[in-house]
Amino acid sequence: MKRKLLIAFLCMASATADAIPFTGNPANEGTLSVTFHNYVGNQVLQFDTVLYNDELGQSFSITKLKYYIGNIHLKKANGAEVTYEDYYLVNEEEPSSKKISLGNIPDGEYIGIDFIIGVDSLHNCSGAQSVALDPVNAMFWSWNTGYIFLKLEGKSAASKSPGNIFEFHIGGYKQPYNCIRSVSLVFDHPITIDHANTKELHIKTDVAEILKKPTTIDLSKLSSVTDFHNATTIANNYMDMFSVLSIK
Amino acid sequence: MKNKTIIILLLVCTVLLGFTTNNYFLITKKDVELNVPKGFPKPNYKFKNNKLTPEIFTLGRKLFYDPILSKDSTISCSSCHQRLAAFGHFDHPLSHGINGLIGKRNVPALQNLIWKDTYMWDGGVNNLEVQPISPITNPVEMNESLAGVIEKLKHNKEYAEEFRVAFKDTNITSEQLLKALAQFTGLMISVDSRYDKYMKGEDTFSNSEKIGLELFRAKCASCHEEPLFTDNLYRNNGLRPDTSLKDKGRGAVTGVEFDEYKFKVPTLRNVERTYPYMHDGRLRKLKDVLDYYGSPENFQPNAAKEMYEIGKLSAQEKTDIIAFLLTLSDKTFLYDRRFVDPFMK
Repeated sequence: MKRKLLIAFLCMASATADAIPFTGNPANEGTLSVTFHNYVGNQVLQFDTVLYNDELGQSFSITKLKYYIGNIHLKKANGAEVTYEDYYLVNEEEPSSKKISLGNIPDGEYIGIDFIIGVDSLHNCSGAQSVALDPVNAMFWSWNTGYIFLKLEGKSAASKSPGNIFEFHIGGYKQPYNCIRSVSLVFDHPITIDHANTKELHIKTDVAEILKKPTTIDLSKLSSVTDFHNATTIANNYMDMFSVLSIK
Repeated sequence: MKNKTIIILLLVCTVLLGFTTNNYFLITKKDVELNVPKGFPKPNYKFKNNKLTPEIFTLGRKLFYDPILSKDSTISCSSCHQRLAAFGHFDHPLSHGINGLIGKRNVPALQNLIWKDTYMWDGGVNNLEVQPISPITNPVEMNESLAGVIEKLKHNKEYAEEFRVAFKDTNITSEQLLKALAQFTGLMISVDSRYDKYMKGEDTFSNSEKIGLELFRAKCASCHEEPLFTDNLYRNNGLRPDTSLKDKGRGAVTGVEFDEYKFKVPTLRNVERTYPYMHDGRLRKLKDVLDYYGSPENFQPNAAKEMYEIGKLSAQEKTDIIAFLLTLSDKTFLYDRRFVDPFMK
């Protein structure tokens, strides 16, 4: 019950921020498309065939990458925000999933974007859901119900798991194993979005960061995270894997 | 003439029989009304975003009884959740699944689920709607994927039509499947036992039952709280862990050592029917349970403090407590036609 109240409180708190109301008038509203580009370091991510090197010089390939993005806030210089309630599942395997479209943006200048990687506690407790949050997307734990926020799977000769695989399935919305991480990206210079100026924001997701800092992951020692054990370590690593690639 | 009369009579009977069968399985608007009796707390699951309708409930009933949910179409929810056992599993210590596989816990009864805040013995499931995903995908239960179930349902003409009618949507989704099951299981409500009638002054108790109730309130009710007969908390009831099952209970879900070997306090409604007992079904009869709870020397060291408040129980006390426990059987619920297997139609 306490938890429920807290969730309700958090929701109200976020709702009372300086939200910019949608104008309801398409003549005064623009669109921002946001595309996630998955990288490993400075190389565009390619599944299976390409070998990458980690911080310890151990080589690895990647076979799966999926992650949830939600609670998107588009910010103005005066602190006002346009907020979106939808969740998006970025799946490297499905190019269409990497591009999302934010509509109904009131004409104006915007300085940055905030979002979370993960699924907030309210949506983790809301029962059967659909589209991105449909459990058929195989991003849902049934034995300890909740969404898997990020799946990174691959192979490395260093891994001692069967088949030399490594798999990081990271989720958890309750303390002390909360793996929801907030991301705040500031644009180089304010961008104007209006009904005549549809903008494209390209975000770089550097998967190498998941293995890098603040904790360097040694695949020979840690090749499988599929519950709360070590989950927050990986979450602390993935929280800074996003950066602005370009704005057009 | 005589033959004609017989034929007409037979025809009338057939028609009447037909009507009765149809009505027996027909779910009306009244059948899906949610009635929370006086004195009961507010339900946790309120059918919000899942408005009760006869069509969705009927669909949920069919899905519950249909082995289509399992990988090889051999196991349905009802295989382990048997109606006359208050949707527990008669006489089975541990759950059974596909290919004769055996799980590690006793099948919990399904009743008064809308008052729970979490589900399963370890409370790992946080919402009634997502509960079925666990048995559907568990390799030792139904061993199917949600996507696999949806595919099978889409290719089944009857279901395609029933989902369309229930949800006014031509696409079948997991959300619909889960909400239909939540309507069916959510209405499994037991609130009309002899105990309930006694509390309302509509029935009387024998002396032994009365004494049993008093003893129960003094020794058991701090965990098995009236009127739901559970406080929905997790406790270590002192049972020594079964080394072959390696079940850490709540601790495996929370990752907190303090929670290890704790399990959710089960309701005692219809306890007469839900044998065998305990999270791993190790005790066969109510008497075995009372024998165990009345012998503090058998508890393992981390048993909950409430366990020690029970104290030694005399033979007479056990008899009286059991007499009371039997008043929790609810025939209105156990024989409710709304929950009868529709494939018997």
